[in-house]
Amino acid sequence: MSEKSKFFPVISVLTVIVILWYGFSVVLNSPWAFDQAKRNTISLSFPELVSKTWSQKRPKLPTPHQVASEMWNTTVHQKITSKRSLVYHTWITFSETMFGFLLGTSLGILLAIAIVHNRATAISVMPWIITSQTIPILALAPMIIVALGSAGFSGLLPIAIISMYLSFFPVVVGMVKGLRSPERLELDQMKTWSASGPQVLIKLRLPKSMPFFFTSLKLGMAAALVGAIVGELPSGGGGGLGFRMLSGSTFGNTLHIWSGLFSAALLAAALITFIGILQKVILKKMALEL
Amino acid sequence: MIFFLLSLLFWLSAWCVNIWIARQDSKKSWKVLPPVLFGLSIVLIWEATIICFEVSPVILPPPSAIFLKFISSGPILWADFVQTVIKGALTGYLFGCISAVLLALVVDRVKFLERGLLPIGNFMAAMPIIGIAPILVMWYGYGWQSKSAVVTIMVFFPMLINTIQGMKMSDKIHSDLMLTYNASYSQNLLKLKLTTAMPFIFNGLKIGTTLALIGAIVAEFFGSPVRGMGFRISTEAARFSLDMVWAEITVAAISGSLFYGIVVLFERWITFWHPSQRGSA
Repeated sequence: MSEKSKFFPVISVLTVIVILWYGFSVVLNSPWAFDQAKRNTISLSFPELVSKTWSQKRPKLPTPHQVASEMWNTTVHQKITSKRSLVYHTWITFSETMFGFLLGTSLGILLAIAIVHNRATAISVMPWIITSQTIPILALAPMIIVALGSAGFSGLLPIAIISMYLSFFPVVVGMVKGLRSPERLELDQMKTWSASGPQVLIKLRLPKSMPFFFTSLKLGMAAALVGAIVGELPSGGGGGLGFRMLSGSTFGNTLHIWSGLFSAALLAAALITFIGILQKVILKKMALEL
Repeated sequence: MIFFLLSLLFWLSAWCVNIWIARQDSKKSWKVLPPVLFGLSIVLIWEATIICFEVSPVILPPPSAIFLKFISSGPILWADFVQTVIKGALTGYLFGCISAVLLALVVDRVKFLERGLLPIGNFMAAMPIIGIAPILVMWYGYGWQSKSAVVTIMVFFPMLINTIQGMKMSDKIHSDLMLTYNASYSQNLLKLKLTTAMPFIFNGLKIGTTLALIGAIVAEFFGSPVRGMGFRISTEAARFSLDMVWAEITVAAISGSLFYGIVVLFERWITFWHPSQRGSA
């Protein structure tokens, strides 16, 4: 399927979604609009109702243009150091995500190397790594933050640890697959050159694992972002997109929630696209992909 | 201190046993032993570290205290389990999975929708969908309904893309054969398309189990009645009674693993014909 054949269907599905969205915001916001009209003892015609429901200050479902203008106002018209700025919160979430992602990726790679080189590690640790993912790890978030906070760590580190826990798993699984991807023939060839273990690792296994590496990086990045957002919830006051959504939900400011949600989506898309570009460039340089 | 050294000794000897087992030809009965030994030594070292270095229970309670709390607060844990897992996660999981499969059936018939929805579905599956939790809590209130809605949306997209992908797995030659049999649409669907899609559908179902629990627990951080696992975890953590938090996490871990295990059992039962299942038998 070429890129072009996807374009038209995607655009039309998106258009339908936007139309439905406007429709739903009329339906969901109309009780409040009717209530206001009743108090002022006026009756609403349909066009009036529509324009009222699309311009409420605290709508149940804000329209796309309201969310867009909220995002525009809080990025362009605010100083980026201000707590009202979306850029400020996005930056905090971004740095937590990156910190956790780097920790998680390094842990994942180290674990994968240990698992590939040592059968005892593989059979005793691997089942636990898999079990760790059937456990809703995010439930640990408040506890990690309280425990590390009382041990004297606060700020980035506790949240980064939650991100790390979520992002190491795809990296371990992908890298174990990748490091084991060299064929028998290639391993034998290394042996005839009397290559040492580290040499086999650096010259054969690691280069061969690159395609797997980038795929798991994308998964790990998405997971790290979720970890950062959820980690911000119980930490309170630290800022970040999760914090902004929580405060929006506490004070009933729906526009804050929606703009936070969309910034998170944009951040995720940007990070994953970045890895995608990196993947294309590096794999092309290594001649692993045409 | 002696206890700590003993636990280290246990870990070392367990590790030696594991190395020895790793050298043997893998027989099935041996396979459970290494992870069990490894887990046991972690728990022992954990307990010993806390006793010997007098770690405050505010930072990390010992496993024994967690176990005692787990035993003594059974009714609370059960009520939380019912609220979060049965009412929140399970209903949302079923609803999300069923609606995703139904939409996938429609998408399979209309190729235009497939080309439009698949990229969007892939995009959404990578998004931090959990962020929708505060919105849904606001719409559906603090009860289990809002948690169920969060779970529905979270499991929907992975399930949708897996099912769509699975439906494409049937070979041309197979559909041709169905055509020569003069199979009706529903026969073709049931006997060929859905059957070949099963491994993919189960992949989506398995991914969904963890997402469902995460969704239900995290949604409770945004507001819940005075029971539920997420509620208990966040309030008890704020009160520094971490043994209760860990007991709750134990429940979450057990129910998560059980949930996953049940789906795997169903998978073995239904897709017994698939190479990945035959290999292990």
